[in-house]
Amino acid sequence: MTLEAGMCSNGHVSYPTHPLCPECGEPQEETFDLADRTGEVVTWTHSTATPPGVREPNTLAIVEFDVTDIDDASDEFVRALGQVTTDEVETGDTVEPVYVEELRNPDAGIKVPESQDWDGYRWDPV
Amino acid sequence: MGVAVIGASMTKFGQRDAWIRELLSQAGEECLTDAGVAPDDVEHLYVSNMASGEFEGQTGIMNLLAHDLGVLPAYSERVDQTSSSGGAGIYEAWQSVASGASEMTLLVGGEKMTHKTTGQATDIIASITHPDEYKHGVTLPSFAGMTARHYLERFDAPRESLARVAVKNHRNGVDNPKAQFQKEITMEKALESPIIADPLRLYDFCPITDGSAGLMFTTEERAKEITDEYALVSGIGGATDTHVVHERDDPTVMGGVVESSEQAYEMAGLGPDDLDVAELHDMFTILEFLQLEGIGVADQGTAWEMAMDGATAKDGELPINTSGGLKSKGHPLGASGVAQGVEIYEQLVGEAGPRQVEADTALACNVGGFGNCVITTIMEAAE
Repeated sequence: MTLEAGMCSNGHVSYPTHPLCPECGEPQEETFDLADRTGEVVTWTHSTATPPGVREPNTLAIVEFDVTDIDDASDEFVRALGQVTTDEVETGDTVEPVYVEELRNPDAGIKVPESQDWDGYRWDPV
Repeated sequence: MGVAVIGASMTKFGQRDAWIRELLSQAGEECLTDAGVAPDDVEHLYVSNMASGEFEGQTGIMNLLAHDLGVLPAYSERVDQTSSSGGAGIYEAWQSVASGASEMTLLVGGEKMTHKTTGQATDIIASITHPDEYKHGVTLPSFAGMTARHYLERFDAPRESLARVAVKNHRNGVDNPKAQFQKEITMEKALESPIIADPLRLYDFCPITDGSAGLMFTTEERAKEITDEYALVSGIGGATDTHVVHERDDPTVMGGVVESSEQAYEMAGLGPDDLDVAELHDMFTILEFLQLEGIGVADQGTAWEMAMDGATAKDGELPINTSGGLKSKGHPLGASGVAQGVEIYEQLVGEAGPRQVEADTALACNVGGFGNCVITTIMEAAE
């Protein structure tokens, strides 16, 4: 499992990946992993009214990863949304991704469990 | 070809015993009556609805309603654009008349939701998200919480400004007999209600609602023959933003609102200064600010000042959500955009009763998802 970002030939970066670059329409031919990086919390919330199969409260954050070290990247950062490992988080906190096998119970919601992945990364304040 | 609205209807919004079939046919029948149009005059029928299959197990509802209203053999179609299905229905209906394909088009929007638990309804709505968002248990209210925090922190806006939106729209809803809540709330009540997605609390969110609404569209020529009281759809635009919400360049800018309103203004030959009244999609209080900024009424980061100054109140310089908005009127997904159209139509033809303001030009902005799809409609009173 990786936290895979996609990049097109013009250096535009996105998470998650898309077949064609949302910015310019070129194919995203390169990918790289964000899982071994740290990111900074842009904003967050404690969600208390959660759907079936989702932990309560569910603390979520949008995190920004610096990608200026990636060869050929023209974007300076890429953002990702994810659960936070703790309820104690603030804007500007540095976090690192930690792998979780099941982020919510795949059998409890409306989606067909086989239709998508349920593992992924939570943000852990450093 | 000029497109006119000649009739409108709206069922009581709220927790209803009726299922989708009855809700739609009630609004459909009332709209035919209000417009003075016979069923067999209807050439196109559009039914705005997000998820009758997921909520109730009933699909094919355009066919169901066409048969129940006796509008056969009209062309019929169900329009789904999530929360903006109603606005998208206005777009389709406008297109059908403007293109010459139909001379009489009935639009009915509806949703039946309240038989599900809040968790189940939230999950059906959250299923519009990208799989990489959905697996984290993200909900539309949690997007609103994250965006509201960013807005308040970045623009140094007081938390009270959001509560003022809720208080204002509840006040407006008192005068709307079709609204789910006809009840004023205090600032204290809004600010002390339970946290749902902090910094947002219960009263920052619209309720879960059953209901239906209808609008009748025809050519300007035909409208003149039928009635003295009609409104013209002078501008309309629709646009789509990123599916993945965090991929937007600026979390406080709803690109679909900006793009769709620019299209609508250009078509109408108008600008934000020309508006007399507007219905904005206040599914969450923060959205009223983002839309006021997106449609060009306020500069970025300043719409909260309008809430604090009372500029958006019914007696303010630009009344917003005289209907009570989604906040007090309720938000039956597919019906909401149609109901926004009903409110601005009634304002323009002078049928808004105790909610009436002086208005020749009105705008409605219907937001799907978290700004994912947006329709902006401008209507003007007939000369």
